[in-house]
Amino acid sequence: MSHPYQALIVERHKHPLHAGKPAHFDAQGQGENPICGDAVHVYVSRKGMDVYYETEGCAIMNASADLMADAVAGKTPEQVEQLHHDFEKLVTTGEENPDLGELNALAGLAAYSSRIRCATLPWSALAEALHHV
Amino acid sequence: MSATLETFDVAAIRDDFPILKQQVHGKKLVFLDSAASAQKPRAVIDAMCHVMEAQYANVHRGLHYMSEKTSDAFEAVRDKVAGFINAASREEIIFTRNATESINLVAYTWGRTALKPGDAVAVSEMEHHANLVPWQMLRDAHGTELRIVKITDSGEIDFDSLEQVFADGKVKLLAITQMSNVLGTYTPVERLAKFAHEHGAKILIDGCQAIVHRAIDVQAIDADFFAFSGHKLYGPTGIGVLYAKREILEEMPPFMGGGEMIASVSYEKTTFAKPPFRFEAGTPAIIETIGLGAAIDYVNAIGFEAIAAHERALTEHALATLGTLEGVNILGQAQDRGGVISFTMRGAHAHDIATLLDRQGIAVRAGHHCAEPLMGRLGVTSTARASFALYTTTEEIDALAHGMQRIRQIFA
Ligand SMILES: Cc1ncc(COP(=O)(O)O)c(C=O)c1O
Repeated sequence: MSHPYQALIVERHKHPLHAGKPAHFDAQGQGENPICGDAVHVYVSRKGMDVYYETEGCAIMNASADLMADAVAGKTPEQVEQLHHDFEKLVTTGEENPDLGELNALAGLAAYSSRIRCATLPWSALAEALHHV
Repeated sequence: MSATLETFDVAAIRDDFPILKQQVHGKKLVFLDSAASAQKPRAVIDAMCHVMEAQYANVHRGLHYMSEKTSDAFEAVRDKVAGFINAASREEIIFTRNATESINLVAYTWGRTALKPGDAVAVSEMEHHANLVPWQMLRDAHGTELRIVKITDSGEIDFDSLEQVFADGKVKLLAITQMSNVLGTYTPVERLAKFAHEHGAKILIDGCQAIVHRAIDVQAIDADFFAFSGHKLYGPTGIGVLYAKREILEEMPPFMGGGEMIASVSYEKTTFAKPPFRFEAGTPAIIETIGLGAAIDYVNAIGFEAIAAHERALTEHALATLGTLEGVNILGQAQDRGGVISFTMRGAHAHDIATLLDRQGIAVRAGHHCAEPLMGRLGVTSTARASFALYTTTEEIDALAHGMQRIRQIFA
């Protein structure tokens, strides 16, 4: 089982590419984990599935949100739903999936059932946002 | 025989705890989460196996050899617990599932009869949810008020706030911890009991954490209620204790109804048993209670003088080593504090710390520690927490410090 804190995870936590609230967006969604106080706010522009986010929480959630924004860029809502589904499978089973690219860096979380929610929270928030688009 | 500091042999003690030989992720287990639940010595494991293998039947009801033997062993633990906390009599010891149930028992029975709507219950800002939520539920069901005694920035009881909370004479119960499970602060329970009594209130002490580290004397404290769980005291889960003064128990109505707690039953009328049985409905946790007795024997054999000295040295060492680590912040600076240390690290979330330490075989707790309002008071959402027991070593604390340095390198 791979280490849950791959270099890519730490890198995206420290130097995110999609963090912050954009000036314009079409929809937003939120996720909260009452167990640890983690919170994420996702902003989506429909055109190009451009995703930004604000987080308050751990490195896993921050990196997951950032990698998610990369992964969904340019995708349709249906494709995002498929990715979300595949991602949940990845972090619960630990089985890497070539379709998921860099998201596979989070496969090691499967050994930490209490931390899986950290990685899936941004995806739930995005799903909520897309519901409103 | 009590051990002295000179005869306190932590290596020998560790041999008594089979689990400490386990490895985690291929590393030696460094267990620094005893405040959540402590590991069990061989003596406790054996005592519980022995009941099941050689001396088991239901208690207080069979007129046969096994039942009588088991009843004797079970009731002997009541005497043992009474002696352990220096209760005036064995009838003042009620067996529950855990401290949470003990506190709820008081809230449901004493709280709904001795307290009148408009009376107030005071708790501190550093209570575990177990000593907060039952009083909120009582407030909502019974019309009592809930008041909060503040803590100082160093994490100690603010006596000015205590005075204010009691000023109008409405507070009839002070429900307070003897040791914070987040900050490690000991509260001055004798002084608090005296204060409560002078103001016409009773005091309930949540002794969950303190009882593991210090000798408790409920009579010297003058506690009205005292609650603790067996599983933090090296005993099994499923067994807790409520101590209450006899005259209070005599007046309290039952908690749950059923077998064991009755004197006589007919369809028209049931009369209830005297304390403690009035509060122990149904078949008790027989095996666990006997396990708790073994845990008390184990702790007594080492002695609190030696345990406290060992843990004081550990705590000082931990405060010195963790406190000087770059980017690490230890919460609370109480004068009187024990082996529970909460900390945060700049740039790293408590959950990241816990997972990364776990990779190195080190178990710490991370989160709000069932004390969400306290997290708010401290201005954090979560902390990592290392807690020490009689089997903890200085090497383990050094391993923690080393692990924290590695995490710092990752996140710096
Ligand atoms: C101070 C304090 N009070 C109460 C409790 C509740 O104990 P239990 O869950 O065994 O009832 C705990 C345990 O976490 C505690 O640390």
